[in-house]
Amino acid sequence: MQNQLNRLRAPSGLLVNHNKTVEFSFEGKIYTGLEGDTIASALAANNVWLLSRSFKYHRPRGVMSMAGLEADTLVQLEHEPNVAADRRKITSDLKVMGQNYSGSLENDRDAMIGKFSHFMPVGFYYKAFFRPRGIWQKFWEPIVRKRAGLGKVRIDTPHAYYDKSYKFCDVVVVGSGPAGMTAALVAAEAGAEVVLIEQEPVIGGCLNYSRLTVDQSLTQNKRNELVHAVEKQAGIEIMADAVCNGWFADNWLPVIQGNKLYKLRAKELILASGKMEQPAIFHNNDLPGVLIGSAVQRLLRLYGVRPGKRAVILTANDEGYATALELFEHDVEVAAIADLRTQPADTPLYNAAKAKGISIHIGHAVYEAEYDAGKKHIKGVKLAKIVNGSKLADEKQQYACDVLSVSIGYTPTYQLALQAGGKISYDDDTSIFSITNLPEHFYLTGSVNGATDLNTILESGQHAGYSAANALGLAVNNTTNKNKDNFELTDQSNYSWPIFPHPKGKEFVDLDEDLQYADIVNACKDGYSELELVKRYSTVGMGPSQGRHSALATARIVAHQTQRKVAEVGVTTARPPFRAEKLGVIAGRSFEPERFTSMHHRHLESGAQMLTAGLWWRPAYYGSPENRDQCIRNENQFIRNNVGLIDVSTLGGLEIRGPDAAEFLNRMYTFAYVKQKLGTSRYVLMTNAAGTIIDDGVACRFNEEHFYVTATTGGVDNVYRTMLWWNTQWRLDVDITNVSAAYAGINIAGPKSREVLQKVCHDIDLSPEGFPYLGVRKGTVADIPARLLRVGFVGELGYEIHVPSSQGESLWDALLEAGKEQMIKPVGIEAQRLLRLEKGHIIVSQDTDAMTTPQEAQMAWAIAKKKPFFVGGRSLQVLDNNPSKRKLVGFEISQPQKETVKESNLILDGNTIVGHITSVAASPSLNKIVGMGYAGIHADPGSQISIKLTSGKIITAQVVTMPFYDPENKRQEM
Amino acid sequence: MKLMNCPLNGLRNISEFICFGEVTEMPNPNEATDDEWADFTWMSNNTAGVVQEWWCHTATSYWFIAERNTVTDEILKTYPASEIFTSRIDF
Repeated sequence: MQNQLNRLRAPSGLLVNHNKTVEFSFEGKIYTGLEGDTIASALAANNVWLLSRSFKYHRPRGVMSMAGLEADTLVQLEHEPNVAADRRKITSDLKVMGQNYSGSLENDRDAMIGKFSHFMPVGFYYKAFFRPRGIWQKFWEPIVRKRAGLGKVRIDTPHAYYDKSYKFCDVVVVGSGPAGMTAALVAAEAGAEVVLIEQEPVIGGCLNYSRLTVDQSLTQNKRNELVHAVEKQAGIEIMADAVCNGWFADNWLPVIQGNKLYKLRAKELILASGKMEQPAIFHNNDLPGVLIGSAVQRLLRLYGVRPGKRAVILTANDEGYATALELFEHDVEVAAIADLRTQPADTPLYNAAKAKGISIHIGHAVYEAEYDAGKKHIKGVKLAKIVNGSKLADEKQQYACDVLSVSIGYTPTYQLALQAGGKISYDDDTSIFSITNLPEHFYLTGSVNGATDLNTILESGQHAGYSAANALGLAVNNTTNKNKDNFELTDQSNYSWPIFPHPKGKEFVDLDEDLQYADIVNACKDGYSELELVKRYSTVGMGPSQGRHSALATARIVAHQTQRKVAEVGVTTARPPFRAEKLGVIAGRSFEPERFTSMHHRHLESGAQMLTAGLWWRPAYYGSPENRDQCIRNENQFIRNNVGLIDVSTLGGLEIRGPDAAEFLNRMYTFAYVKQKLGTSRYVLMTNAAGTIIDDGVACRFNEEHFYVTATTGGVDNVYRTMLWWNTQWRLDVDITNVSAAYAGINIAGPKSREVLQKVCHDIDLSPEGFPYLGVRKGTVADIPARLLRVGFVGELGYEIHVPSSQGESLWDALLEAGKEQMIKPVGIEAQRLLRLEKGHIIVSQDTDAMTTPQEAQMAWAIAKKKPFFVGGRSLQVLDNNPSKRKLVGFEISQPQKETVKESNLILDGNTIVGHITSVAASPSLNKIVGMGYAGIHADPGSQISIKLTSGKIITAQVVTMPFYDPENKRQEM
Repeated sequence: MKLMNCPLNGLRNISEFICFGEVTEMPNPNEATDDEWADFTWMSNNTAGVVQEWWCHTATSYWFIAERNTVTDEILKTYPASEIFTSRIDF
């Protein structure tokens, strides 16, 4: 067990607590880190740099950015694969393993694959593996999958709590560096509600770790001043440890913080996401110990960890010199600095580093990095003078080192801006990016907008804050440039060609996918000159780091190969998410809406098996699942012979009121309603504009200007919306209200239903003459105000009783109580379906489909032909001239069948499919199988149809006239 | 997610709305030929550019008209349907 050899003394390291150590394991070994450490920083403190093996060649890899930008830091936790080691905090007993190796991380048996890289040229997936036919699936894929992959998903991972939340604010600032903090302050001072999003645990951005001044205390003071001001400013909410993972229309932002996804709507969005320092491309640029300069500074300042004992710096701007000063200050020897430029800018940072007496090689590059005996870490570099572009002098200078810090340039963290439609352009002369074409209410500030030195960054932060506040209509005093900062000038330029191919290759452009310089060059030589095609052919930028470190280099190489400018080549499309996101975060908690009727708990108490119908829970039948079929048959017989109760609360209900109520129904439904008598109900059938059946129910007329119309459970919302749409155009004097949820409904049906009802309903004449079939009444049942409908859906004497939802359970109880003597029983949906099938009533959308016309359903009787207009009427006229080839028929099968006849079994005419069974069941009342289905137009009663069962067996059924049961409809009219 | 300005409910997430296609004029059903009627029923114009569309705020079942550029997906204007349908229609 090593003990944090590389750890600096307290209090260094802004994020770590030196008073609290944390033990965790990596690859089975116990290590000690500090509270606040990431996995990578704690391992670095213990001089462990090897974190993973690369995707293709299994090369040793470690941290490069300390910012979670690259894929090489992905490690495996017990229940979580692909965790960024430089972002995940250590906790006690955390068990961490490396990824993508066979054997151990230290001794990966697959490491020899790198030796065969010559045999795996770019696009080799497309060139190999395809012959003989089928060889890929059978042989190659299992091998490749095993060796080229990331972490392992465990299917026994315990359930975790994930959540989502909505959030709204005036201004969102993404990134809390100097520009972001300044912008947030300006906007909040003007009165805006601001949310400041920072992916690190503390705000401050680069001010927390970057050295922007020779005298570090100047940077430090500015940092403290801004952080304190932000923390005490009213109106700023800080969301730290949070990532804004995408941009969607009108500033709709997914912000992930821990296991929670915030859907954040911002009126104004300020993007202060900064920049991403880029690696250089040279032989072995992927070795553990090769870090970008900002990673060195992060290790020192955020975690108090020395990156090594002896450093070499490759630079092309002031960042390298700032890193040198930082290393110097923390007792790390700086062996040499190689500066790519022919003439470094004469800046204070350069001069200060120069004054330390470090050996500076101007106009030099790294020819190669050398690995140590174990081939797992850098042990030195060879520098060489740049002769011309990529070409290096033969003469090399060797320096031993255990860390190489690279600072050669940046790309702006442009992802969110480009997702918002921004266009990025690149000046090939200055290597400066700029982003234009941003939508309204979107502002860029700081280095993402090209600002390089601290003065400009702070100024641009103020400007963005003003712009956002202005857009909100807040009064902003634009003249208050109170304490104009005056920091020293720094050179933060981008070097245009930090690319140095090597005779032995292994100069990696994309570390995720192990793509070398030659791979990109060869992709161009293979004929791919467009960046998007190079990407697809070579897979560059398609790994977990999504081109954050490879996009610019690839564009430069492609531009060079195709003799174009980088500006012409462009960059590949940036799409959300910015960082990998867990499916759990996207799924969140399960919010499945469900609807219960008023009697729901009574059904459960009675032992009902519930089923869902849309959002509703309904009782399928009452009893145990083993006795399902018997329960349904029994319930069927209660109603046929006695009396039963069916909960019909889920039925839709619409109130149609006004002088034009009848005219309105006339237009919406196929039947005629103008002359409908008061106190009666009439069947309603709705067709859409194309003449297809879309709903049915009954219309109850309570007075001249008031109809109560029922609709199907699943259809009512659409029916209601459709009615409103039509009347928005017609402007009839009618009021339409969806009252489905306001009413509970019970169908009391069976020969003894009148007997039972009479006990609890005293203010309505229930005699057959006083309240005949299809009559509707208002009255009270068990003292509950009720609407009563005499309907015939199940084909027995029966009453639908509609009462306010709040009274549904009382009514249910009262009817059960009143029917004790008659042995009344609750009856479920399955029995109801069977009862209606025996009566030949269709269920819309079970017995009809998206093409069924009234004609096909043999319901032409429901069409009033003399009306001037109804929705679908004109289309039905057209269809009358083009008769359908099918119709819905009733059939019966008298012989018992060994194989169950099922819905959706095909109906054949010879070898031709003419339709399918829509409803079928063994009828307990008739002792035979009855069903409905689509058959040819000549399948008239008396003829036979062929049915192809699930097994393929073909049987014959007899087409009969419906209804199957009580053809004269005597029973429902009693 | 886009925002849409409902004339009744103000700015709401677009997921609360449904689009019901272009506003088209229904031919007189008593005068239109079968072909004209079929064209009206089944064919949509699919205009590239600014169109008038039917939209419904589903939570309140409120129908209104939106003018939208189908190329840029920019919603230019929303207003009550009564601005177009000004008087009672009879057949």
